[in-house]
Amino acid sequence: MKREAPKSLADYSPLFFPGLMLIVFFVVPFSTMIAVSFFQRDPSGFYTPDFVFDNYARFLSLFFAKVLGFSLMLAVTVAICCVVIAFPFTYLLTKRPRKVQTIWLVCLLSVLSLSEVIIGFAWSTLFTRTAGITNLFVAIGLMKEPVALTPSFWAVLTGMVYQALPYTILVLYPALVRLDPTLLEAARTLGASPVRAFMNVVVPALRNTIVATLIMVFVFALGSYLLPQILGRPSHWTLSVLITDQAIYQSNMPFAAAMAVFLVLMSLALVGLTLLVGRRENAL
Amino acid sequence: MSGLVLKDITKSFGNFTAVDTANLSVPHGKFVCLLGPSGCGKTTLLRMIAGLEDPSSGQILLDDTDITPVPTHKRNLGMVFQSLALFPHLSVGDNIAYPLRIRGASRDEQKKRSDELLKLIHLQGFSDRPVAKLSGGQRQRVAIARALALSPKLFLLDEPLSALDAKLREAMQVELRQLQQRLGITTFVVTHDQREAMTMADLVVVMGNGKILQAAPPIEIYRKPADAFVADFIGMTNLLDATVDKAGRVSVLGQAIPNLTMPEGLTKASVSIRPEDVHLGPVGGDAISGTVTFVRDLGGTIETFVETGGKTIVAVATPRERPEVVAGQQVGVVLPEEACVVLKS
Repeated sequence: MKREAPKSLADYSPLFFPGLMLIVFFVVPFSTMIAVSFFQRDPSGFYTPDFVFDNYARFLSLFFAKVLGFSLMLAVTVAICCVVIAFPFTYLLTKRPRKVQTIWLVCLLSVLSLSEVIIGFAWSTLFTRTAGITNLFVAIGLMKEPVALTPSFWAVLTGMVYQALPYTILVLYPALVRLDPTLLEAARTLGASPVRAFMNVVVPALRNTIVATLIMVFVFALGSYLLPQILGRPSHWTLSVLITDQAIYQSNMPFAAAMAVFLVLMSLALVGLTLLVGRRENAL
Repeated sequence: MSGLVLKDITKSFGNFTAVDTANLSVPHGKFVCLLGPSGCGKTTLLRMIAGLEDPSSGQILLDDTDITPVPTHKRNLGMVFQSLALFPHLSVGDNIAYPLRIRGASRDEQKKRSDELLKLIHLQGFSDRPVAKLSGGQRQRVAIARALALSPKLFLLDEPLSALDAKLREAMQVELRQLQQRLGITTFVVTHDQREAMTMADLVVVMGNGKILQAAPPIEIYRKPADAFVADFIGMTNLLDATVDKAGRVSVLGQAIPNLTMPEGLTKASVSIRPEDVHLGPVGGDAISGTVTFVRDLGGTIETFVETGGKTIVAVATPRERPEVVAGQQVGVVLPEEACVVLKS
């Protein structure tokens, strides 16, 4: 059946409500933020409407370039770690009996109910010298004496991967459940070992899903500003942390807005690039 | 012996026995059809030969070597799945060359072999097409070519033609049989279509409830079914109750049929007679009289339904052989003794 293009205004009516929501809660605030990013900061008060590029100019320094670079690198690493861990896990999960799958999914959903603050403090306790997991390693003889694992880059990474993993699994699960299991069996009858068959068949067949998941986790990780503060040193702070700092503690709204706009543009560019590369490979 | 031997193969899933002590020996180069209703265990048996399922007990021998513990990817076989399982991310040529790629063959070798196979399945020039752009019959051929790429010892097909429409299916049956004869490869096909089995097989293996009920050439299965289930499953048949009197004579529908003997120690049995063996004639003499209830004229053949003694007997004949018979007419039914098969019921 050929679908007819909507003609009258009434045909578009289902779009009104979501459109309205999008305007009120996204377009308006985001436009305000773009506007504010060009305002002049008033040190004695808040800001005065203006049109200056000072805020962007200030951002163009080595310090902020490094922070931006670190933020993007951290988000990309989190995304890759999450997919690398979640993909085989979810695949194996779909091979289990339905009941086992349900239990796992319920547990994962319950992890989502934890707030970022709780996750951060739980991990920071686990990584301390006095009460952390290294005491366990000492007890079983793996280590000589307990050490503090936080603050460090690895602590930040662990916390963020932990936080993003349930989302990753929940996004991958539907696609993996629908994957035809005979594809893998066919590869095995043609001489591929199970691991090889998985890499040759399951991964390429779900390429688009994997790319979409990578982008989702990347965007998710980019916005994280609590975990780097709780688990990392100032050198591990992301741009999101600095934005919060400028907006809330330094009361420099225009500069915070400028950084936020820049971050959005950078992440859009990266997502666009990923999709472009994906399309070119698809065309081959 | 050389060939494939199944020794007491049993497969249970929990309490359910899918395959029950299956024994079979197939010499090389034979075309075997595993035939049976759905849920009879035929696919499970095929999957065990492929190594995709492990038997609960029993052995699978290939050329006197026990291959039961050998994992699928080391068994040197080709398999065509019901869903075909073509890799959607690869082109036709790459799909066919996949097993060569796995074994590290060079790009040129892969291309050469896949072109050779494309020629074999009459799809030259399709190498660079994505599989999604092929028709059902073409995909079928590609799946077959991919399975044959390494000239395997065993060629396994799980309901390979079930997704095709009737006409194409018949054509592919003939094509598949010819291909198998040309390559001389030992082939197992799972099917629930007895016509398909009769068309292609050297050996038909009829299964029911997890058991192998009969394994024989198609015409023997048709003419001398092992039991009532097989007779009923293979083609159309008339299954009639037979009784024996003190003198040992067997009678069907009250009419004694000479030269038939009952199975040892049984007083009741079934007699199977194929519709094309039933003769209709005038009432009287040795003929059993009955009433025609329905005539189905299919053009090529005419099926006549005759009711006698509470049973309906179907007789099939060509329009030339069959005199004009109409519903309601009284006719005499003759069951030739050489066409009657006595079966345990």
